[in-house]
Amino acid sequence: MAETPKSPRRRPRGGYIGEAWLVILLAILYGGALAAVQTSLSGRIEQNKRDQTYDAIPQLVPGADKAKTQQRLVTGEDGKESLVYEAIGADGALKGWVIPASGQGFSDRIDLVIGVNASVSQITGLYVLEQKETPGLGDYIRSESFRDRFRGKPTDRPLVVVKSEPADPHEVRAISGATISSESVAAIVNQAIGNLKGPIGRLAAGGGAAAATR
Amino acid sequence: MERDGPTALERFLNGILPENPTYRQLLGMCPTLAVTGAMQPALTMVGATAFVLIASNVMTSLLRGLLKPHLRILVFTLTIATFVTIADRFLAAYMYSMSKQLGPYVPLIIVNCIIISRAEICASKQGVGVAVADGVGMSLGFGLGLASIATVREILGSGTWFGLRVLPTSWVGWGIMVLPPGAFVTLGMLIGAVEWASRVQPHTGIWRTARSLWSWRRLASSS
Repeated sequence: MAETPKSPRRRPRGGYIGEAWLVILLAILYGGALAAVQTSLSGRIEQNKRDQTYDAIPQLVPGADKAKTQQRLVTGEDGKESLVYEAIGADGALKGWVIPASGQGFSDRIDLVIGVNASVSQITGLYVLEQKETPGLGDYIRSESFRDRFRGKPTDRPLVVVKSEPADPHEVRAISGATISSESVAAIVNQAIGNLKGPIGRLAAGGGAAAATR
Repeated sequence: MERDGPTALERFLNGILPENPTYRQLLGMCPTLAVTGAMQPALTMVGATAFVLIASNVMTSLLRGLLKPHLRILVFTLTIATFVTIADRFLAAYMYSMSKQLGPYVPLIIVNCIIISRAEICASKQGVGVAVADGVGMSLGFGLGLASIATVREILGSGTWFGLRVLPTSWVGWGIMVLPPGAFVTLGMLIGAVEWASRVQPHTGIWRTARSLWSWRRLASSS
């Protein structure tokens, strides 16, 4: 193209709108289409995220009914408000609590939900919502065989990760080849239970008068 | 009809083997390496990419008379980004666990060079019919590429295929095949194998036999 060097800023023929009208029109149309998609699907996507926690509740707390489970806000020992789930059985009795917890793993954040019994004295289940640990090694934290190692552990003292068969009830056996991922999970569990054990115990004793119910 | 350029059938067939996106054009390497640890995520990625590729080809072909040369890439990118976002939201709504497993690689379809190259090479120059045939052919080629890599990696790495056990439980999965190095090794080996097969094709006995069988009728009549 023969460009005239004297007028490098010459307006294009038809003006800028004449050049760019298609881009502008498409941007508006596509924007509208995306807004429509987002509006129609966002409810379902949010529901999927909630269901993920709710679907895990019956295996986290034995006897719990996910339809009767309620969300509660409790103020932890660290002074921050945390969301917990009050797991209620089909008979209306309190079966236990589900505590969402997260922390740093080997490669990225790990999101867990921890099930504990009604008096918060024992862990009844563990479920991994989100993790990006090494495939084939650290991602075994999702496996049932690893999560089962936490079931029935007492909460009076922090859990310790060991590399051999546990000799003490407070010990949890690590996944071989993924000690850091195993320790991260145990640390997240210890931190969450240490933070919320007292407040949840008081909430259970006080019948929930101090907490906001949703 | 278009006066020049390959026909719809040529475009369709080209995408599958002769111009296979993975083995011939070496395009779209990011998903090829990232999501081929197992068949299910690989084929979900192929499905999402196929949707975006075909939809963007149709849209680009419809708009081809209005494109300004210096703004065409912007239009391609806008179109592709829109369809990728739709695919991403759709996966999150209807295939939530798969959407989480694929993570950032669904939004990253936006930068998959197969799609923008088809818009540039075919859809912005030819009619809708040819553009659709091109999109379907290239998607099948991409599917073959990803499925072949995922088959090797899933079977050797986990002893399963589509999550079903194919090797005995005594098989210890080669952890490295599921990890990123396994992706590079498998891709390199398979590209080498495809290259070798296409070079030695006319000279080796196996290929000559296969070709003879293919045209046995003609051979029989000539002898």
